[in-house]
Amino acid sequence: MVEEEGFRRYVAHIILWIGIAIVAFPVYIAIVASTQDNALIANGQMSLLPGGHFLQTYYQTIFVGTSGSTREPVGNMMLNSLVMALLIAVGKIAISIISAYAIVYFRFPFRMPIFWIIFITLMLPVEVRIYPTYKIVADLHMLDSYAGLSLPLIASATATLLFRQFFMTVPDELLEASRIDGAGPFRFFWDTLLPLSRTNMAALFVILFILGWNQYLWPLLITTRDDMQTIQIGIRKMITTTDALTEWPIVMATAVLAMLPPVFVVVVMQKLFVRGLVETEK
Amino acid sequence: MANVTLRSVRKTYPGGFEAIKGVDVDVGDGQFCVLVGPSGCGKSTLLRMVAGLETVTGGEIDIGGRIVNQVEPADRDIAMVFQNYALYPHMSVYNNMAYGLRNRGMAEAEIKSRVEEAARVLELSPMLERKPRQLSGGQRQRVAMGRAIVRQPKVFLFDEPLSNLDAKLRIAMRVEIRKLQRRLNTTSIYVTHDQLEAMTLADILVVMNGGQVEQVGNPLAIYEKPATTFVASFIGAPPMNLMSTRPEEIKSQLGGSASDVGILGIRPEDFVITDQTPAGGVALPLTVEAIERVGAETFVYGSREQEEQRVAATPGELPPGEIIVRIPGTEAPAIGAKIRVAAVRAKLHLFSGDGRTRIEA
Amino acid sequence: MQKQAIFQSKLLPYALVAPQLAIVLIFFYWPALQAVIQSFLLQDAFGLSTSFVWFDNYLELLKDRAYFEAIVRTFFFSFAIAVSSLSFALLLAVMADKPLRGSMLYRTLLIWPYAVAPPVVGVLWIFMLHPSLGVLSRYLRALGIDWNPMLDGDQAAALIILAAAWKQISYNFLFFLAGLQSIPRSVLEAAAIDGARPMRRFWTVTFPLLSPTIFFLLVVNIVYAFFDTFGIIDTMTRGGPGTSTVTLVYKVYSDGLLGGNLGSSAAQSVILMIMVIVLTGIQFRFVERKVTY
Repeated sequence: MVEEEGFRRYVAHIILWIGIAIVAFPVYIAIVASTQDNALIANGQMSLLPGGHFLQTYYQTIFVGTSGSTREPVGNMMLNSLVMALLIAVGKIAISIISAYAIVYFRFPFRMPIFWIIFITLMLPVEVRIYPTYKIVADLHMLDSYAGLSLPLIASATATLLFRQFFMTVPDELLEASRIDGAGPFRFFWDTLLPLSRTNMAALFVILFILGWNQYLWPLLITTRDDMQTIQIGIRKMITTTDALTEWPIVMATAVLAMLPPVFVVVVMQKLFVRGLVETEK
Repeated sequence: MANVTLRSVRKTYPGGFEAIKGVDVDVGDGQFCVLVGPSGCGKSTLLRMVAGLETVTGGEIDIGGRIVNQVEPADRDIAMVFQNYALYPHMSVYNNMAYGLRNRGMAEAEIKSRVEEAARVLELSPMLERKPRQLSGGQRQRVAMGRAIVRQPKVFLFDEPLSNLDAKLRIAMRVEIRKLQRRLNTTSIYVTHDQLEAMTLADILVVMNGGQVEQVGNPLAIYEKPATTFVASFIGAPPMNLMSTRPEEIKSQLGGSASDVGILGIRPEDFVITDQTPAGGVALPLTVEAIERVGAETFVYGSREQEEQRVAATPGELPPGEIIVRIPGTEAPAIGAKIRVAAVRAKLHLFSGDGRTRIEA
Repeated sequence: MQKQAIFQSKLLPYALVAPQLAIVLIFFYWPALQAVIQSFLLQDAFGLSTSFVWFDNYLELLKDRAYFEAIVRTFFFSFAIAVSSLSFALLLAVMADKPLRGSMLYRTLLIWPYAVAPPVVGVLWIFMLHPSLGVLSRYLRALGIDWNPMLDGDQAAALIILAAAWKQISYNFLFFLAGLQSIPRSVLEAAAIDGARPMRRFWTVTFPLLSPTIFFLLVVNIVYAFFDTFGIIDTMTRGGPGTSTVTLVYKVYSDGLLGGNLGSSAAQSVILMIMVIVLTGIQFRFVERKVTY
């Protein structure tokens, strides 16, 4: 029977709940650990139920930081991560949409070579060119700055391709109609194309924000000052010290705080997220 | 070879929506039964229940003397042609047809002879190695047919199989399907929303509306004696003119035959333009509002001088007070002209005020 | 494909592409070019003099046993991560594709790990499987396994594969679900009428129709395992114990940073670039194929 019968349905429900448990377990452990006493954890005596140190741990994490070597409040790291993620997302959308506009709606010499120059960057992830890029950022005196954190990650081809693809589906009649109504390139872009691109922009923003927030290798290289650290770098430094000194409740609280914004975005803006993910991979 | 009997079949969805409200139909062995009705009337659901794709929540479905309510689709010995053909995109035409036979463990040699025979009949022989995407719409349709006939099932089920084809091909395939069914003499149930297709194909026509059967019978009999105003306006194109009438009007024009008549129906083709009033018949003065000349015939859209409400029987009907008249293509009154049309007594259809009962005067 | 309706302007289009072009040239092409040039240069230990050494850096690499091991290890990790994550995600997607009550809830509960950053994934898993204090390590030891990924290279590798596969489940699940939902229901119904039982239906109809999605995800997962595992490795094992979890990207990073061997690091970068180009090329070829179904 194509309509599923009772038994098969129960099996499906059970498998899905097992899957959910597997997916959620590490995070549950992190949340539990962040509410317990460090001494207990360090002895390997951690309980699988929440403890009573919730407020204390999170207060210390956000406003003070670890008591060990780095002593940087995680609140500040989150701010750095937020600024970087927003700069990457907004910057990428802004420069991509205008260059896609030029490539689709204008004919000019070197149009296709320029398109290809942008397109090929798809094949150059930051990981394969880290040191030379680092050197350039250093030469431009952008180490330990938001510009240095975000600029090298801004200009990849995915967003440009996405907007180009979307613009191609916009009917020609719209441009012809607005031209008859006396609109020039700026008017058309502002009054017609931007409003039409709203959903695409939002979907892209969701994905880019998550990717930006989760950046690791690049910030690791170019931030040397503790007050410029992003949360992903901060969490790594917290477990650098010898095991005995690691303050696990704070590490786990930081992990929870590092997950919170992007997970929140995925859950709350699920539709846009799914759309953005599928579109950017096309 | 089998007959299909539906006994007070019901379908209620978990949400409480009643899609099929008790249907009784008996399709004899080798007969071609057509389920017709507007979209949402439950005809496809009913067909899918016969196929076993939807559970039956009430009543019985009997195929060849076996109650199949709890039987898997695979074990009902039926074959189905889907609206979008549902061909396996990754398989060649040959494998599309062979798949169902292989699943039943048939010997490869027997499969080969059956598929090749079906391909010959359907003129698909040169395309057996192609994938569905390399075929035209009509060819895909024929592969879907082939997949059904190689199985040599007890019953064929068709779910609007021609609605994705263009008009010309649709007519050609309609004829093909009918010829094929006559030759194989396999009991068939066919779902369509196109009344013309229904009229031309059916041995038994089942007109459905709102999850219920409105009328069952021979197509011409249904055309001649529609049981309800719904059937009257659904079967026949353009639809029957339906006018609500006042009792005294009926009495004066029809000689007071039936006092509970509320609706009078006349088919466009049953009108003639004339000054006379046939005895026992009806004459209407009209103002011509629009004319459509299609060559063989002319359609006159006129408004009645008296203010009369037509009964809304199906969606997409003409505005109230409008009457369609079909006359030979050689004639055409001028727009704005006042004409008088009449229909003889034998061509009048009388219905009760709610349109649910036909009244034989 | 080109638009018919366009604007006429001489300078405006250049102004519009300028920001992206500038960033691309400064931060993509110039460094990439530098990497290529540097891969042909050798710097002395004090950075005082450089000499052009042709392909010496590459030849050194090919002779380097550690590099060869890193290549094999990276491919092994990629394969293990892709296969384990894909098969588990496919199982979940097939279940979630059924018309179940609460299927939207299931989807929500299964996709959020996509948003967890690789270093956080590393921290979560090392905490659970930490040799002395991990909650799961207790059970492993109770089972008689001498669990210590800090000392045992194979265990460390298993830990990385586990964590990386875990993170990728949600992504694969989402694409599998979309792939399953794009298979017309009527095709499966036709197969049911054609006498195929659920398992046979899955292997003869669903699975072949899903093959474009599977292939696409395979490429994406390999690329993921190449690059995005960096954060997981760096927080969990730092490539250790010894070099037992050093992947190609990790080696580029650690050779340049710790060893200061920029010529070799650059040569490794160039090889990585070539690998990415090949992978992307495969993916694009396949995108063309995908249109056909």
